Amino acid sequence: MAATTVPEKTTRRHAGRPSDVRARGGGPSLGRKTRRNLQAYAFLVGAILCFGFFSWYPMVREFVMSFQSTRRGVTSWVGFHNIKVVYHDPYFWTAWKNTAMFTLYALVIGFAVPFLVAILLNELRHCRAYLRILVYLPVMLPPVAGALLFKYFYNPEYGLFDTVLHKLHLPTSQWLDSSHTALISVVIAATWMSMGSATLIYLAALQNIPGELYEAADLDGAGLLSKIWHVTIPQTRLVLSLMLLLQIVATMQEFTNVFLMAGGNGPENSTMTVVYMIYQYGYHYNNMNGAAALGLFLMLVLICFSGLYTRLSRNSD
Amino acid sequence: MAEFTPQTRTLISSATLARRKGKVIYWTVLSVVLVVFTLVFIGPLYWMATSGFKSVHEVLHNPPTLYPHHAQGSNYKTAWTQLELARLLWNTVYYAFGALAFQLVFDVAAAYALSKLRPVLGNVVLGAMLATLMIPATVLVIPQYMTVLDLPLLHLNLLNHPWAIWLPTVANGFNIFLLKRFFDSIPEDLMAAAAIDGAGPTRTLLSIVLPMSRPILGVVSIFAVVNVWKDFLWPMLVEPDPKKQPINIGIQSLSQGVPENVLIAALAISAVPTLLIFLAFQRNIMSGLTAGSLKG
Repeated sequence: MAATTVPEKTTRRHAGRPSDVRARGGGPSLGRKTRRNLQAYAFLVGAILCFGFFSWYPMVREFVMSFQSTRRGVTSWVGFHNIKVVYHDPYFWTAWKNTAMFTLYALVIGFAVPFLVAILLNELRHCRAYLRILVYLPVMLPPVAGALLFKYFYNPEYGLFDTVLHKLHLPTSQWLDSSHTALISVVIAATWMSMGSATLIYLAALQNIPGELYEAADLDGAGLLSKIWHVTIPQTRLVLSLMLLLQIVATMQEFTNVFLMAGGNGPENSTMTVVYMIYQYGYHYNNMNGAAALGLFLMLVLICFSGLYTRLSRNSD
Repeated sequence: MAEFTPQTRTLISSATLARRKGKVIYWTVLSVVLVVFTLVFIGPLYWMATSGFKSVHEVLHNPPTLYPHHAQGSNYKTAWTQLELARLLWNTVYYAFGALAFQLVFDVAAAYALSKLRPVLGNVVLGAMLATLMIPATVLVIPQYMTVLDLPLLHLNLLNHPWAIWLPTVANGFNIFLLKRFFDSIPEDLMAAAAIDGAGPTRTLLSIVLPMSRPILGVVSIFAVVNVWKDFLWPMLVEPDPKKQPINIGIQSLSQGVPENVLIAALAISAVPTLLIFLAFQRNIMSGLTAGSLKG
């Protein structure tokens, strides 16, 4: 990611402007160099301002706000007060537990399923384009359509899912209405909505596996499962681990689906995620500083995963 | 991912499939996959489209009906007028394509400058831009929101203004990364040739770099539009005015007050534009997203 490769500076040639080459300190070319820099920064200024206002400054502000408090328009430093407040919030650990469970469920379902689907699709010789479009279709839905549609399906009184389960003589469920199943119901819907992109990425990776490896495995008399275990998985290991980290970072920031399907905290706070709690602090309790302090906790956790991701993807280049 | 590459060797060899037993198993698996996948992925969409035609009584009926017994198209009309879907959709388009325009102008210019003009401290700027990729977006929502309420130095309040959606999308380290990497691969000789012909940096960008960069511009554009179209938390916070809301927020906030069948009709309408765009450009979108998404 941050592979800030600066390719061979020395081989640059500016045939039209010899004075630019190694112009360091050269008297008459100094003005030209300054002009060139100014020109370059004219190209950069829009992006720099946007990054400054909406990325760099908020980053600093996130830390500053966590240690400040604003009462009646007066802002003062309060040290670790906000951090203590959110840490001692009775729902602090509930939110973390839910977030961890959400991530775990999302990995069990949302990580394994797309990979298996990709392996399956890669074996089929017909209707490939059609199947790929099918899997990707839900990704293009606006979140509100997917989430509220599933909410309708999940309804225990008139929803589609319980009817089908009932017809098949399987136990029905309260889905979003029970604190035991609400979180996993959200994960199932979220996986349906998002598994298309992961599937396509795995498919692309599977198609890069050299066929000779499978032929060699055949000669060794390897069965289907052992070929998957000894050829497919090792050959796609990098993509798999990158996607794993990417998915952890994404699912730990879950907000939209729990908000749309379970109204945020869900039955008995069973779907309250950390990001939802941040939202609650900021917009229900009107405590922006507490929200920022909570964000600090989340940042500390997530930065570990995204750091790992950066290292891994840099090594892969 | 070419559409129909001559099948390379996969888990199961063509020889195995050519045998009688292999053929039987293959066609069974294929039919099962086709049926199951169609049910799982088209099924819900079918249910959404048809439930939109059901009466209130039927849509809440147990067991649910497979198709509307007394189809009433009026739900769609009610949804369109009562939820003001035309305005919600227009707002979404306005935000999405505005964000696209800003990203194409500012991010392309910035990546070009960092890749080809290489000013003093260019690497520091690049490093700072890429470093933002490490910070998860939702963590910054609170301080970003405070910034929107009172833009530092300028003291502008961007709440309820499209700028609040457009400008933050420019601060996208991933765009800079993708674009700069692509521009890096354009040979310096071409730049030099343009310089000999007397082309300045702007002219070089417009007539040489951009025409060569169509693939990457396509990827960036798809991401730009899709991201805004699918975003939820941020537009909910910065566009509280119901008249300014995009489709996701608008439907959600009105969902409590309308009958279920009208709501589902609204959901079906909201899904149409993106599904149409997807079906029209599915090749570019699917290959673009796979090409662009992982190499972050």
